[in-house]
Amino acid sequence: MNSFVWSLVGGRVLVAVFTLLVVSFTVFCATAILPGDVAEVLLGQAATPEAVAGLRAAMHLNDPALLRFVRWLAGLASGDLGKSYANNMQVAQLIGPRLLNSLKLAGITTLFSVPIALALGIAAAILRGSVFDRALTFLTIAVISVPEFMVATTAVLLFAVHLKWLPALSFAREATSFWDLLRIYAMPVITLAFVISAQMIRMTRAAMIETLDTPYVEMARLKGASPTRIVLRHALPNALGPIVNAVALSLSYLLGGVIIVETIFNYPGIAKLMVDAVSTRDLPLIQSCAMIFCLVYLLLITVADVIAILSNPRLRR
Amino acid sequence: MMTRAIPLPLHYRINIVGLLALCVILFWTMVALFASQLAPHGVGEIVDLDYFGPMSRQFPVGTDYLGRDMLSRILFGARYTVGISLASVTIACVTGVTLGMAAAVTGGWFDTALSRFLDALNSIPSKLFGLVVVAGVGSSIPVLILTMAVIYTPGSYRFARALAVNVNTMDFITVARARGEGVPYIIGSEILPNIIGPVFADVGLRFVFIVLLLSGLSFLGLGVQPPDADWGALVRENISGLPFGAPAVMFPSIAIASLTISVNLLIDNLPKKTRDRSA
Amino acid sequence: MGNLVEIRDLKVGATTDAGRRVDIIKGVSFDIAPGEIVALIGESGSGKTTIALTLMGYARMGCAIQGGSVRVGGRDMTQLSEKERAAVRGTEVAYVPQSAAAAFNPAMRIIDQVVEVSRIHGLMPDAQARARAVELFRALSLPNPDTIGDRYPHQVSGGQLQRLSAAMALIGDPKLVIFDEPTTALDVTTQIEVLRAFKAVMKERRIAGVYVSHDLAVVAQIADRIVVLRGGEVQEIGATADILSAPAHPYTRELLAAFRPSVDAQAAPAPAAVAQPVLELRDVVAGYGALKSDGAPTITIVKAVSLSLEAGRNLGVIGESGCGKSTLARAIAGILPPSSGDILFEGKSLPRAAKDRTREQLRQIQIVFQSADTALNPAKSIAEILGRPLAFYHGLKGREAQARIDRLLDMVRLPRALQERRPPELSGGQKQRVNLARALAADPRIILCDEITSALDTVVAAAIIDLLKELQRELGLCYVFISHDLPTVQAICDEIAVMYAGEKIEQMPRSRVGARDHHAYTKLLFASVPKLDPQWLDSLERNPELVAALARR
Repeated sequence: MNSFVWSLVGGRVLVAVFTLLVVSFTVFCATAILPGDVAEVLLGQAATPEAVAGLRAAMHLNDPALLRFVRWLAGLASGDLGKSYANNMQVAQLIGPRLLNSLKLAGITTLFSVPIALALGIAAAILRGSVFDRALTFLTIAVISVPEFMVATTAVLLFAVHLKWLPALSFAREATSFWDLLRIYAMPVITLAFVISAQMIRMTRAAMIETLDTPYVEMARLKGASPTRIVLRHALPNALGPIVNAVALSLSYLLGGVIIVETIFNYPGIAKLMVDAVSTRDLPLIQSCAMIFCLVYLLLITVADVIAILSNPRLRR
Repeated sequence: MMTRAIPLPLHYRINIVGLLALCVILFWTMVALFASQLAPHGVGEIVDLDYFGPMSRQFPVGTDYLGRDMLSRILFGARYTVGISLASVTIACVTGVTLGMAAAVTGGWFDTALSRFLDALNSIPSKLFGLVVVAGVGSSIPVLILTMAVIYTPGSYRFARALAVNVNTMDFITVARARGEGVPYIIGSEILPNIIGPVFADVGLRFVFIVLLLSGLSFLGLGVQPPDADWGALVRENISGLPFGAPAVMFPSIAIASLTISVNLLIDNLPKKTRDRSA
Repeated sequence: MGNLVEIRDLKVGATTDAGRRVDIIKGVSFDIAPGEIVALIGESGSGKTTIALTLMGYARMGCAIQGGSVRVGGRDMTQLSEKERAAVRGTEVAYVPQSAAAAFNPAMRIIDQVVEVSRIHGLMPDAQARARAVELFRALSLPNPDTIGDRYPHQVSGGQLQRLSAAMALIGDPKLVIFDEPTTALDVTTQIEVLRAFKAVMKERRIAGVYVSHDLAVVAQIADRIVVLRGGEVQEIGATADILSAPAHPYTRELLAAFRPSVDAQAAPAPAAVAQPVLELRDVVAGYGALKSDGAPTITIVKAVSLSLEAGRNLGVIGESGCGKSTLARAIAGILPPSSGDILFEGKSLPRAAKDRTREQLRQIQIVFQSADTALNPAKSIAEILGRPLAFYHGLKGREAQARIDRLLDMVRLPRALQERRPPELSGGQKQRVNLARALAADPRIILCDEITSALDTVVAAAIIDLLKELQRELGLCYVFISHDLPTVQAICDEIAVMYAGEKIEQMPRSRVGARDHHAYTKLLFASVPKLDPQWLDSLERNPELVAALARR
């Protein structure tokens, strides 16, 4: 690894930090500067002018926006996420267990879908133009083209209504056996897996096809290499970087999917928490959830970029 | 490998998949325009005593949770889904493509600053962006259109800029510069005609994203607000019919899928200009 | 002795975008004896590479062998199964690609890719294969033969990679090696080393070869026989000496004629007494990146070049890739503004950057680029392309503009009907004529020609050079003609400047080319230009130390 590569990686990380700053500013603006007086909303029926003025002062709402932004940012950085408007609990306490639940869901989905998606994507690239490839291409386009809730409702119709294998919409909180656990996670995981696998298969296939079309793969063929050898020794090692990049990028689609899936299956994760917070306009909670989502997303795309840099063989050694 | 090619006027050809997709898209456009003439019942009219009625002669796609005719509701829903998405995608792509070409041709700090800023904006997941704005400002049709336009402008910018940067390295751009041409001429006359094909494909793709985002937001109850209902909102209001497989849940989804899949298939099977004249 | 290769009535077809089938190879037949090197020569699109690849039973994506037989060592490659073909590739027939830089896997060490052939076919133990590879590296006169294989492809120069790819082809001890334009991407001074290495190894091991090239002079050095191809058909087959001295087919004669551009007798008129230079450069420095403290750019490409061009005369600038000759043209045109130095047009100083020059100043100096594919906007019609400078510089519109477009097309000998078409519908030569016509539309004094014939086939290039001369007589133009090819520059230029590593090292009138007192690099460069004489390569004497010092391989 040389210093040039590290400077590229360092540059990418700096960009990520800058991005996070812009993102937090945007989130703050959208939730705290635009119309709708929070104090009035909070007080509801009891919103006498004096009470509103008092609460505004107590919440520092009269300070300039920039000052509030800096204060909020400093709070975030030190782990103080503020208090929920709705029930006056610490946001951090509310989020903690929910975040864990969401990470569990995402983790299981990843474990489940990455190997399958990679295998299918690589196979489709190798068998380009075959019936298998075309069917898979159509299927992935179809899954990408439909909303996540349609994948979810179709899964419910299929597995719960017609086959009656799994419970429909209710989320059983008490998992007493492994079998229960499986039943609880099955539906959300199947839905999410479909959504991210479709992306991953397409990107993997594209990355693989790009390397299969290079002159050095043609050269390997002209050296008499077998198809297996061509794929394993020449195409895959060079496609690995782009493929890992594709995996990281596809995982970022988990975020969009998780918002819908947690809502539809009533899963107690952070996305469900946030959607509920939006309907009660619980701004501190929304801000914190939004920042966590953006952080994860940014982390994934930064990791994807860094992998792309590190995997370029021309930059090695 | 070969799919049959159908000759079109002016040396264009389209294959059968592309033609079908095009027909579906035209169908939904017509529906959006003439919904009031086509719908057998009023949108809010309760026409069935039963709720979640099955498919029947009278109600071809059943009735909803209040006993309203689903077919009419879907036909009217097309207006919101297609109309809002079209407005958003137009704003997003016109802004994005113009800025993208300008950045590619101008270069320098303008390009760097704009790219950095829009890239940063792009790293907010789209659904989350929608949630945050709705939480802050509340949901209305203009807010939805503008929010989704803001969300998809960076992507369109990035795409157009990447294409324009490639064209910008061509010698004919250098020739134009050496001739003394200004930025507007280079953008409009030299670059745009060379990227217009891919840009249109990208507009289609972004239209699909916007339809999906809008449907998702509406499904969460944060998009189009009652009494209006787009296709996503139709799924939301009828979701309680899911455990008994009511057609009212599936058909709005099918409508969305038919539109988005068609757009995607059309992009993959765009009409090709026949190159060899002797054919 | 029987033939090693017998190709009979070979037909290859392809499918176009619109789904139409076209024939690329239309019934080709020829033989190769064991140990014989046969050259396939022809223009781009003549099918030479396609034929060569059928010797391995291989056809590129979209192409397919449709008829005839390709017998190698008695077996018909067209009839073998894919598995049987794979067994032949690398062991009996091997391939040296045009661009070795692209044909090496960037993620593997070179030695592993070279010995892979032996591994695939189970030819010998690994250690033995490695020893053999090193031996081949030495035979191909590669530097540091023992360690060069441990590097990755991007750490080795183009000329070396080309020889390494030959080692990769030879390690399986093939009976036949296919060379696919292996020196086309190389500079002339590097080309010689590579050609010599190839020739020595092939002769020593008595391996038969197929040498695909468009360059008659290169082929003359290495081939025993030549097959002249055009449009997928054989025009003429003959021994190298016969083809060169007594070509039978008119097309072969045309190729040979194009190779020796007429250095015509009616040389430029002697410069008028005390002629004022039309263009003068004084210590022009140009490059990329921020300016350093001494005022030079971070990466300096052109280092203090001074030139002058007198009215009615042409200046050639010659040098190898990376010497700064194209950057010089861009600096003159103001596309890459010089960081220091003066550019004078008719005695008056020009602003350095194009954007600071007046329209009139811009009009006087036009630039024409090498690749007409990228120099013409593919989305516009020829009439639009030619119409724009007319409107921009002369304010011509409508009928006036139309009349002028017709005249411009006449001038460059293109049919007027062509103006409705778009560049992708034209041939390479036609595009380059349009490219030229666009420059003429401005009515300039000077045209900067940047490698304008390099991407063209020889015959077409020769026609363009003739056209340039004609236009000069009619319009009184001056050319600054930038090229890497000495014969082309000689054909059109009165003065020749030689550039090396960003500096102009020498300038001479055409008549003095080949004089004894040239700069060492000039001598090396001029001596490296291949000649049609088959003895040229063998008789060429080079001082290896000088070559190593000067040629950046």
